[in-house]
Amino acid sequence: MPAVQETIDRVRSIDLDQYKYGFETVIEMEKSVRGLSEDVVRFISAKKDEPEWMLEWRLDAYRRWLTMQEPDWARVSYDKIDYNNLYYYAAPKRPAALSLDEIDPEILKTYEKLGIPLREVEVLEGIAPERRVAVDAVFDSVSVATTFKKELSKAGVIFMPISEALREYPDLVRKYLGTVVPVTDNFFATLNSAVFSDGSFVYIPPGVRCPMELSTYFRINERDTGQFERTLIIADKGSYVSYLEGCTAPKRDDNQLHAAVVELVALDDAEIKYSTVQNWYPGDNEGKGGIYNFVTKRGDCRGARSKISWTQVETGSAITWKYPSCILRGDDSRGEFYSIAVSNGMQQVDSGTKMIHLGKNTSSRIISKGISAGRSQNTYRGLVSAHKKAKNARNFTNCDSLLIGDQCGAHTVPYIESKNASAVFEHEATTSKISEDQMFYCQQRGLSNEEATALIVNGFVRDVLQQLPMEFAVEAQKLISISLEGSVG
Amino acid sequence: MADIQNLRSAAETRLSSLFESARQSFASEEKISREEAFKFFEATGLPSRRVEAFKYTDLRAAIEDAAHPAKKPSLDVAKAAVSAATAFAGIEAVRLTFVNGHLIGELSDLDRVPAGVTVTPLNEAMSQGDPLLKQLAPVAQTRENPIYQLNTAFLADGALISVDAGATVETPIHLRFVGTGETAFSTATRVLVTLGEGAEFSFLESHEGQDGVAYQPNDVVDTVIADRANLHHTRLNREGDKAVALSTITARLGAGSNIESVNLVFGGVLSRHQIYLHFAGENATATVNGAAMLGHGRLADSTLLADHAAVGGVSREMFKTVIDGDSTGVFQGKIIVRQAAQKTDGKMKSDCLLLTDDGQMMNKPELEIFADDVACGHGATCGAPDEDLLFYLMARGLPKPIAESLLVQAFVGEAIESVTHEGARDALIGEVEGWLKTRG
Repeated sequence: MPAVQETIDRVRSIDLDQYKYGFETVIEMEKSVRGLSEDVVRFISAKKDEPEWMLEWRLDAYRRWLTMQEPDWARVSYDKIDYNNLYYYAAPKRPAALSLDEIDPEILKTYEKLGIPLREVEVLEGIAPERRVAVDAVFDSVSVATTFKKELSKAGVIFMPISEALREYPDLVRKYLGTVVPVTDNFFATLNSAVFSDGSFVYIPPGVRCPMELSTYFRINERDTGQFERTLIIADKGSYVSYLEGCTAPKRDDNQLHAAVVELVALDDAEIKYSTVQNWYPGDNEGKGGIYNFVTKRGDCRGARSKISWTQVETGSAITWKYPSCILRGDDSRGEFYSIAVSNGMQQVDSGTKMIHLGKNTSSRIISKGISAGRSQNTYRGLVSAHKKAKNARNFTNCDSLLIGDQCGAHTVPYIESKNASAVFEHEATTSKISEDQMFYCQQRGLSNEEATALIVNGFVRDVLQQLPMEFAVEAQKLISISLEGSVG
Repeated sequence: MADIQNLRSAAETRLSSLFESARQSFASEEKISREEAFKFFEATGLPSRRVEAFKYTDLRAAIEDAAHPAKKPSLDVAKAAVSAATAFAGIEAVRLTFVNGHLIGELSDLDRVPAGVTVTPLNEAMSQGDPLLKQLAPVAQTRENPIYQLNTAFLADGALISVDAGATVETPIHLRFVGTGETAFSTATRVLVTLGEGAEFSFLESHEGQDGVAYQPNDVVDTVIADRANLHHTRLNREGDKAVALSTITARLGAGSNIESVNLVFGGVLSRHQIYLHFAGENATATVNGAAMLGHGRLADSTLLADHAAVGGVSREMFKTVIDGDSTGVFQGKIIVRQAAQKTDGKMKSDCLLLTDDGQMMNKPELEIFADDVACGHGATCGAPDEDLLFYLMARGLPKPIAESLLVQAFVGEAIESVTHEGARDALIGEVEGWLKTRG
């Protein structure tokens, strides 16, 4: 079934030409020398005033990176990246701001334009508090502002740029950094380990439900720079946190590299909800420019009954190479992955997830919707595996894709590996078989097969998306309202 | 990664020297591009798990040493081997018997070939330069496949079966492959089946061999199905317990044509069956099913590629794997829908029953779609037999093993059901029952 007109119009409305965040901020920047060497690694480490062990850690990663080869298994093609022609560090020249008033007004204006609230809105007495979000704003290689720090620290929550955390809580960072994504994990993660600049560090103490949503907003601004952020979130026993991530970049003719690493650790009974609206500049309709997005995201459900949930709305980037994963190590732990990936123009998306079941009674769910239009290629690549000891592991996977026009491609590459009999894995790509019961219920009430399917799948996704703050929600809502009509596996 | 070179394994080195010494015996006028095929193989080597298409079936590790190509056995040896072969024995069919990969004319019904069908032994065709040889390797993707290329390089014997346009052949041809010997040996056979326009034809393949001998069969069946022709294929693998059995079937489908192929696997310490479908003409249909029943540490791999290149193709693939003991099942399926192949309808399914905790199943059902008006789907499930169903049967007084057997039979039966030839279907069901009995 071809896509309906309504769907086509909606996709067009979020078309590349409409990229709203393509402006550039002109401010004085300080950069490392072009290229990558041990000196550049030392320079970055010194800039961040890091402890000695951190520098060694970075150098070790750098030396290993030199021996590694760029992976070529993903279904993306691009010109070879010249790693020696990039700036690995770029920061606004003005000295670090202590309060919001000291931040370069140009940067403030930038975030205002992007709709990111950097001012903490005072809550007046007697008036219902607005929904509040603490923001860490990362501009190229440094964090320029982090809001609501005081209020969060009252609850014991640590939320700060990772470079600051390295100075203030070195032991805590050292205990967890690189334990989920090891230094040698893959080419891009190793590169990130060597040169990562900023990113957020979050620690939620035992039993604390984080009083507000935390978010980081990444902005690439400077030309020829790469952004290498590193995020580390630790949810201690019985805690809960919802974290959001947004990203944009100026429109430019050349490609820029973004290689981030995100590590999540959930201890006993803890829950982490990680949501992303990825809207890097996708390049123009001819495929010129755009961000190369090579990201390693992984969550470790280390404790029993822990839960990690990934939600992603992917609309940007010229190339996306991203597989947010869950290692379900703790007994009864749970992993979720909800994704909507829209590709247009000449974009190439190779994204999916890994659910690695190691503990007993672990369960996971994967819901992925890929929509390709223009001349784009959209691939879902996923792994579900149950270890021998993962008794009663459960997985349900559903991936749908929709093609708009006959110039694009939609691909599905699932790996399903089961190593014990009590594990039950179901993988389906046909929309009509979501749940017979639910379908029957809806159809009994007069909904068509398709309406019922859309309702059920959207219900799944919407659940999570509705928890995004308003700034991100508008775009995401637009996407999920896209009809499922004409879906193919 | 491109520039990492594996050291050549002992088996690879040996294959090179075997090819070198076999070279002189190949007829010079034959139209088989052995040199090219072997060059490709030498460049890639035996695929290890680093090669994506062999991720779960590591041939480099499984083939420690390459066995010497088997010589044509004496008639007495062949007779003795065939007398022990029982698969499809009860079916009224025209038999072509291959022992150790060589066609044994005396044990074949070459003089009883049904009207409308021509059978030419491959060796005869090669020495005469039969024009039909041009139709070998009808699916382009096999050029990238080391198993297929190895078969081409070492091709020893086989047959060309050609069915006239419009002919409806009632009696099936039974290709009976038997392996026998004291020590390891390898075989490479190729059968080409061509169907003229509107023809209808069935053939059966059975593969049996001696237990305890590490032989290495590599069998290829190429089929070229003209417009509106209809081909039925039933295959049974009962290779010996030490065999590393490699097999491939290719099909090039003309407009409105149809293929139905079922493969039932029991044997081989390792078996890999590859299916290549190329939908060249419009509105062609294919039903490809497979079932594997594995025990005793075996590995069975079914790898399928359905390439829809024309409008309105329909493909249905269903694979069932039953795993007992520490065995491994592998299913890799890929449906490609090219830009021109609008209105394609492709459904692929792989289900697995794990009877013990030691078994494992690897599924990789892939879709690659470039057309926007298609309905494609795939499903994969994996798990132990349903407790509720077992309980239902046991509550009616059946002991657990019998209840489980019934469930397994029903599970596998779904894949066998599509065999149109009644005798062949019953024979396969009998084989399944036999396996369940010995399992006890």
